[in-house]
Amino acid sequence: MDLDAAFRALADSSRRALLDRLYEQNGQTLAQLCEGLDMSRQAVTKHLVILEQANLVVVQWQGREKLHYLNPVPIHEIAERWIRKYERGRLRALADLKKQLEGDDDE
Amino acid sequence: MSSKFVYVTYIRTTAEKLWDALTQPEFTRKYWVETWQDCDWTQGASWKLMIPDGRVGDSGKVLEIDRPRKLVLHWHNQFVPEMKAEGPTRLTYELEQNGDEVKLTVIHESDVTGSKTIDAVSNGWPGLLASLKTLLETGRPLASTTRWPEGM
Repeated sequence: MDLDAAFRALADSSRRALLDRLYEQNGQTLAQLCEGLDMSRQAVTKHLVILEQANLVVVQWQGREKLHYLNPVPIHEIAERWIRKYERGRLRALADLKKQLEGDDDE
Repeated sequence: MSSKFVYVTYIRTTAEKLWDALTQPEFTRKYWVETWQDCDWTQGASWKLMIPDGRVGDSGKVLEIDRPRKLVLHWHNQFVPEMKAEGPTRLTYELEQNGDEVKLTVIHESDVTGSKTIDAVSNGWPGLLASLKTLLETGRPLASTTRWPEGM
């Protein structure tokens, strides 16, 4: 599974809002997710399908209830591939500065 | 209400290789912050996750085992007092081979509402899974998960 689908899914503010709601409370039904949202049930369903296809939301059945869980693994992959890589130089510079200022004897 | 998370990742490997990577010390030491699991991997066997300095991190037993498809463990934290007090949690791995990929589902759950154990492991798992995927697909784990965190 490539990350294109995750990037596309994350490019929409309604879908990011749904992820935030699952972060607040994981394992919600469609009805729970629709509560207090300015979106039709159909729109929420459509967004959830896109999030599922991008592996950002995972569905589990509990009896007759379909529960939606946030899956942060692709977001983590994005962070590793596209964010952490570019931070490394700065982190190393900070670590070197710390070492110089504090001396070598603390490790 | 119980605490639970469900994580899914797709890894280009075989279910057998992934199973070994989740259970065998020579694999877990590479990507799972140097820990290894002490278990003979049979139904009902006792299970321990060992911290590199020799402490027992978590303990439990094998509740269900069907290599290389499904593994369910009792998982009881031992090294953080407030998590130990919560009692055992349950970890389920499901492996599904689809062509040249395996879909790995990791479910970690507790009967305790707002479980600190589930909260703590839910932060750790995404990094471990990303590193496991990288190790199996490229032969090298992510640098962020190769060492046990200092002071933990």
